[in-house]
Amino acid sequence: MKKSLTVRAAVVSALLLVIFLGAWQLATAPKGGGTEYEDPEYAALMGGGAGAATAPSGVPTPHQVGSNIVKQLAHPFYDNGPNDKGVGIQLAWSLGRVMVGFLLAALVALPLGFLIGMSPLMSRALDPFIQVLKPISPLAWMPLALYTIKDASLSSIFVIFICSIWPMLINTAFGVASVKREWLNVARTLEVNPVRKALQVILPAAAPTILTGMRISMGIAWLVIVAAEMLVGGTGIGYFVWNEWNNLSLSNVIFAILIIGVVGMLLDLGFGALQKAVTYVE
Amino acid sequence: MWSDDRHLSIPAGAATAPAARIAGRIPVKGFLSIERLSKAYVPAKPVFADVSFTIDKGEFVCVIGHSGCGKTTILNVIAGLDTATSGDAIMDGKEITGPSLDRGVVFQGHALMPWLTVRQNVAFAIKSRWPEWRAAQVNEQVEKFVTMVGLPHAIDKKPSELSGGMKQRVGIARAFSIQPKMLLLDEPFGALDALTRGTIQDELMAIVQDTHQTVFMITHDVDEAILLADRILLMSNGSETPAGYVPGGIAEVVNNPLPRDRKRADLHHLPGYYELRNHIVDFLVKRARAGH
Repeated sequence: MKKSLTVRAAVVSALLLVIFLGAWQLATAPKGGGTEYEDPEYAALMGGGAGAATAPSGVPTPHQVGSNIVKQLAHPFYDNGPNDKGVGIQLAWSLGRVMVGFLLAALVALPLGFLIGMSPLMSRALDPFIQVLKPISPLAWMPLALYTIKDASLSSIFVIFICSIWPMLINTAFGVASVKREWLNVARTLEVNPVRKALQVILPAAAPTILTGMRISMGIAWLVIVAAEMLVGGTGIGYFVWNEWNNLSLSNVIFAILIIGVVGMLLDLGFGALQKAVTYVE
Repeated sequence: MWSDDRHLSIPAGAATAPAARIAGRIPVKGFLSIERLSKAYVPAKPVFADVSFTIDKGEFVCVIGHSGCGKTTILNVIAGLDTATSGDAIMDGKEITGPSLDRGVVFQGHALMPWLTVRQNVAFAIKSRWPEWRAAQVNEQVEKFVTMVGLPHAIDKKPSELSGGMKQRVGIARAFSIQPKMLLLDEPFGALDALTRGTIQDELMAIVQDTHQTVFMITHDVDEAILLADRILLMSNGSETPAGYVPGGIAEVVNNPLPRDRKRADLHHLPGYYELRNHIVDFLVKRARAGH
């Protein structure tokens, strides 16, 4: 009997992972005949000592990265000063900035999207602005933000705000504008007041579309925060990546890359669940 | 024999409204009165013009006609969802200027909100009608009307879990639950199969007789009109004739002579049924579309 598709897919996934790790191991394993140093301290300085994070090729082996991950995850919240903080602290900074920027964007995008969706006049009037502002890379705003806000951390929040606003705004406007006429007519014949109509008819009707926009926005925000923090520095997972690159600790860079991917996936899963909760079958 | 233009000449509106309030259940002339209504999307060629009729309290009036004759527009004007180009619609002595809780509408598509259960859909209407009601009171009213259309077992289901006929029943329950002064039905059974349609027609007949509801209904189905209606308005389409464009309108008002307690099952055994049916079908085939 055939196993279920889920099981078979999981087997293939596991197989691909093994092949990838095997190839990585083969490419980075220390080869015989590497430079030998007599003094272990000198060897460590040259990056070839026992227990050092790098193999002769410079790229750590899967085993080195694995043990580093275990080490990092064992103490995610240590704080040894500005340039040596646990990954948990850095992630908390990044997530905090993303959340604040994202929520501010939602506070603007949702009401504005409702306005655009309900008023053909505002839709036409605001369209040119949206079309011009939307394709601007959020990082292009950074110098202007730094100059006007004069605070690095707030500037990165502003960058998150400006990049998350567009998908939310456009999807909200689209969702609101395409609420079925018959539901609005039901509300009209029942003399439902505008606030109740917005909250109990239009909002639930447009919710799946709005949530799709929020999900896209969150994805973009998580992409952008890494770049923004590399620029402004100080704290955050983006700064962590840049700092470890300056430390030439590729093992930590790889660890950070993995963490960024996993957290991004969890954020997306969360919004996926929210989206499922508000989706209705007609 | 069937034509009856009496109602057309009755001056209705403000003068008859006080009588409507005092008389209660006794049929009162001109509870709703439509006066010289017309609708034109192209000024020179109105879809219909000079449409006048009245509906008495407790009366069931069907309008029948081909697509495009403007039936739905008239219904929407009465509902307050659309505006006429000229003419007046007056209900209970007041000009209709917009939608009102006094007029319940059953839409062509059921128009239930798919994210709400049957209970919540009906409760939405009841809470709109009586915002001051407590939850228990609302729920009692919901259950009463959902039971009335025979769906107590499905009350906590979403519309997507219901068949087309069940959804339309919920639509009817929602319209009745706000106890409107008048009910407007826009081809409510058009999308249903013949068997389901028959069952719901019987239910609607029973409910209307129990509640003495005033009803204005659009239909395409001649038998449906004969079963349900006290009076049937026959509408003709606008058409080009050698003498020029003639807008659509009410060509004839037919009184239903069959006894009020008629049943669908033995409708075709009633004396006079076939003459009535043939008359309407002849109208639809030969006269409704002049110039065709």
